[in-house]
Amino acid sequence: MSGLLMPKPDDATMRRRDEIVADMRIIVPGEGVVDAANAMRAFESDGLTAYRQLPLVVVLPETVAQVSRVLKYCNDRNIRVVPRGSGTSLSGGALPLKDAVLLVMSRFNRILEIDFPNRIAVAQPGVTNLGITTAVEQEGFYYAPDPSSQIACSIGGNVAENSGGVHCLKYGLTANNVLGIEMVLMNGEVVRLGGKHLDAEGYDLLGVMTGSEGLLGVVTEVTVRILKKPETARALLIGFPTSEQGGQCVADIIGAGIIPGGMEMMDRPAIHAAEDFVHAGYPLDVEALLIVELDGPGVEVDHLIGLVEAIAYRNGSTTCRTSQSEQERLSFWAGRKAAFPAVGRISPDYYCMDGTIPRKELPRVLHGMRELSEKYGLGVANVFHAGDGNLHPLILYDANVPGELDKAESFGADILRLCVKVGGVLTGEHGVGVEKRDLMPEMFNQIDLDQQMRVKCAFDPNHLLNPGKVFPQLRRCAELGRMHVHRGQTAFPEIPRF
Amino acid sequence: MTTFTPATADETLATVAWAAAEESPLEILGQGSKRGIGRPLQTEHTLDLTKLSGVTLYEPAELVLSAKAGTPLAEIEKLLAENGQQLAFEPLDYGPLLGGEKGKGTIGGVLAANLCGPRRLRAGAARDHILGIAAVSGRGEAFKSGGRVVKNVTGYDLSKLMANSWGTLAVLTDVTFKVLPAAETEVTLALRGLLDDHAAAAMALALGSSAEVSSAAHLPERVAARVAGGSLGSTAATLLRVEGFGPSVAYRIAALKDLLGNAGPLEEISGEISRSVWRDIRDCAPFADGLEKPVWRVSMAPAQGHQMVLALRMQAAVDAFYDWQGGLIWLRMEQDDPEADLLRGLVRQYGGGHATLVRAAPSHRAAVPVFEPQAPQLATLSARLKAEFDPKAILNPGRMA
Repeated sequence: MSGLLMPKPDDATMRRRDEIVADMRIIVPGEGVVDAANAMRAFESDGLTAYRQLPLVVVLPETVAQVSRVLKYCNDRNIRVVPRGSGTSLSGGALPLKDAVLLVMSRFNRILEIDFPNRIAVAQPGVTNLGITTAVEQEGFYYAPDPSSQIACSIGGNVAENSGGVHCLKYGLTANNVLGIEMVLMNGEVVRLGGKHLDAEGYDLLGVMTGSEGLLGVVTEVTVRILKKPETARALLIGFPTSEQGGQCVADIIGAGIIPGGMEMMDRPAIHAAEDFVHAGYPLDVEALLIVELDGPGVEVDHLIGLVEAIAYRNGSTTCRTSQSEQERLSFWAGRKAAFPAVGRISPDYYCMDGTIPRKELPRVLHGMRELSEKYGLGVANVFHAGDGNLHPLILYDANVPGELDKAESFGADILRLCVKVGGVLTGEHGVGVEKRDLMPEMFNQIDLDQQMRVKCAFDPNHLLNPGKVFPQLRRCAELGRMHVHRGQTAFPEIPRF
Repeated sequence: MTTFTPATADETLATVAWAAAEESPLEILGQGSKRGIGRPLQTEHTLDLTKLSGVTLYEPAELVLSAKAGTPLAEIEKLLAENGQQLAFEPLDYGPLLGGEKGKGTIGGVLAANLCGPRRLRAGAARDHILGIAAVSGRGEAFKSGGRVVKNVTGYDLSKLMANSWGTLAVLTDVTFKVLPAAETEVTLALRGLLDDHAAAAMALALGSSAEVSSAAHLPERVAARVAGGSLGSTAATLLRVEGFGPSVAYRIAALKDLLGNAGPLEEISGEISRSVWRDIRDCAPFADGLEKPVWRVSMAPAQGHQMVLALRMQAAVDAFYDWQGGLIWLRMEQDDPEADLLRGLVRQYGGGHATLVRAAPSHRAAVPVFEPQAPQLATLSARLKAEFDPKAILNPGRMA
């Protein structure tokens, strides 16, 4: 682990560990409390495996009442809590703390209701993303957001991270597909936000909770919208001699009023790694490869394929293939979907970044990345959700070479700084977690961060829920609460006039 | 009694900072098109944002537009239309319903009231399209959130927090929205003569098909005559809008006709008539009658809406029509009493949702909770949030109470 500072463990809590474990066993009887080090090992990290830490104790509640009692117990005794879904976060959002209860929601694994007339499913938070689709697909429905970890990641975790996927350009992120949640606050109160109806009155706390990375509340139930599966889907595989041409093609497709179901780009190193791995039939003589998937009624898809082919041709594509069968469509995707493991074959380790940029800045950012690659002496392969500007540079390194992890992390931080510089953001879908926590000031000044922390103060004033994540430095709520101006001593004694 | 008219974000900051220091409440105003919604305000001063106006960034190929908060919505919609684009969430125009002018309102107001329209089921509301904001909190602190890209999970989504906050947390100075291509073609399929329950079933069938219906509304008998200049006639009309590329629209309309052929007589409506039908449904034109009779906007699960209305009709004289497949119910009470407790009780009984009193005489708006009262834990949490952002309660005090 490179120099990541986590909150200092609380000695009083550490000393009371046995008592806390015993009390947890009273609240969650049966097999729901894990305190042996070897058994807790399975929970010591999430998808960001560079960081590991055993928690104080692992608790796996089964009922909302248990979640509420655990949180209230911890709140009353000043004990920290880290919530966890399936542990697939790539940003360390579920990284345990030494003095914190790890609250694992995996036993909340039931679909509670499927309501086809209203096209809604209600699930417990531990249900996997794909599990929702599986539950409704016999009627031809599916749940649209499809993060690549969908077979494992939980819907509760999706809410915490506002997960995306390759189809979110057309179908939206988690935030656009969740209609309601039930959650438990750190003080044990159970709050319901939204439901089967749209746009509940009051502040949009549902919008704030989505993507809040487990710092505001623990989700215990999720209501999502389900969609009818598109009648058909076909894909085009388009190669370009330069990434500029590929980028322009993407802009022109959107400029023509076409919003594809998915639009992915890969650069040369990623294309070669993927082709070597899965033999998808990708062209190897191109600098940029675009996969454009069009879905909807067959007649619409055929119509749009004609338009996209013409746009590709105008932008100098050297290859353009259209899938003629479902099998061929899947083969186009096979390489893209295997890009991460494929890169894993050519490098002992890789570090996956997640910045988003305005699409037009792609050539500039790719150029900047090549320069950084030379500076750091580390390779980089790029896969890119081209439609929405979300980059996933994979930095190649070898953790067994002393200093390479640090170098990879510095390289990654420089890439993210570049993303912010061109008008983009630090993270498109993986979350801030611990990974990008210390880069937050690249995007936000202290006043901006203070407002975000004020939301935290309204939900969890003692900073007990998932501390050490998202914010570089959590300021005490009492300190944040002070008004810096007072009657009679203001910087604006006169009524402002202009 | 002063009206402040800042022309820059800095001047807005100076005004709010002064008001915070003086603990002097402000009414936050754009063009005032929605001023009649919510509890009537009595503030000493007014912060008028109409001079804080202008589109600051528009890149059609990037599907993004930024504007100062006081920019007229009409100006933005015109600019987008010139480029074949739109705000896909179709913000409704409350003007005519509230007895005001058509075509007023600012882009900041669109977010502050979380406006949307008949495309809500497929395209979302303002909250689903906002990408970033700059604002001044009630503490007199200027801050920003979000950015200009669609995929962004960097920090808390304070942009969404501004949606439906009615100017009570912060004063917006700049907003950035996602924009989308306007549909090339739109055709509306009308089923005629259905009663509410059959209409609900037909809409559920259509929305559950792969025909990608973008809007579904039901105008009961007589209400139908009050849209698009009466061109639909007065027979009940169940309306399904299909949008997209020409060949696709033709195919999907044909598929819907196959699916719903047994439901009753079918008509196809296209072009300007279709557009004006949906504009009038969006703006609640059937009840924009220049009167002060109470009008409610109720949001429920789509399949339950007509059941609630049927029960309500047993106890009160109401006129009703439905959007969002039946999940959005517009109600006009025929007596002066809004019947808030009766209505809200029935909404709870039929699966829950919320009822907003969007039009009523000021005396009723002062006496009845205009917005749906929240459960105690949620109300407390919301109050804590308000206190964090506006501890002296200087921004639109009481507006959402």
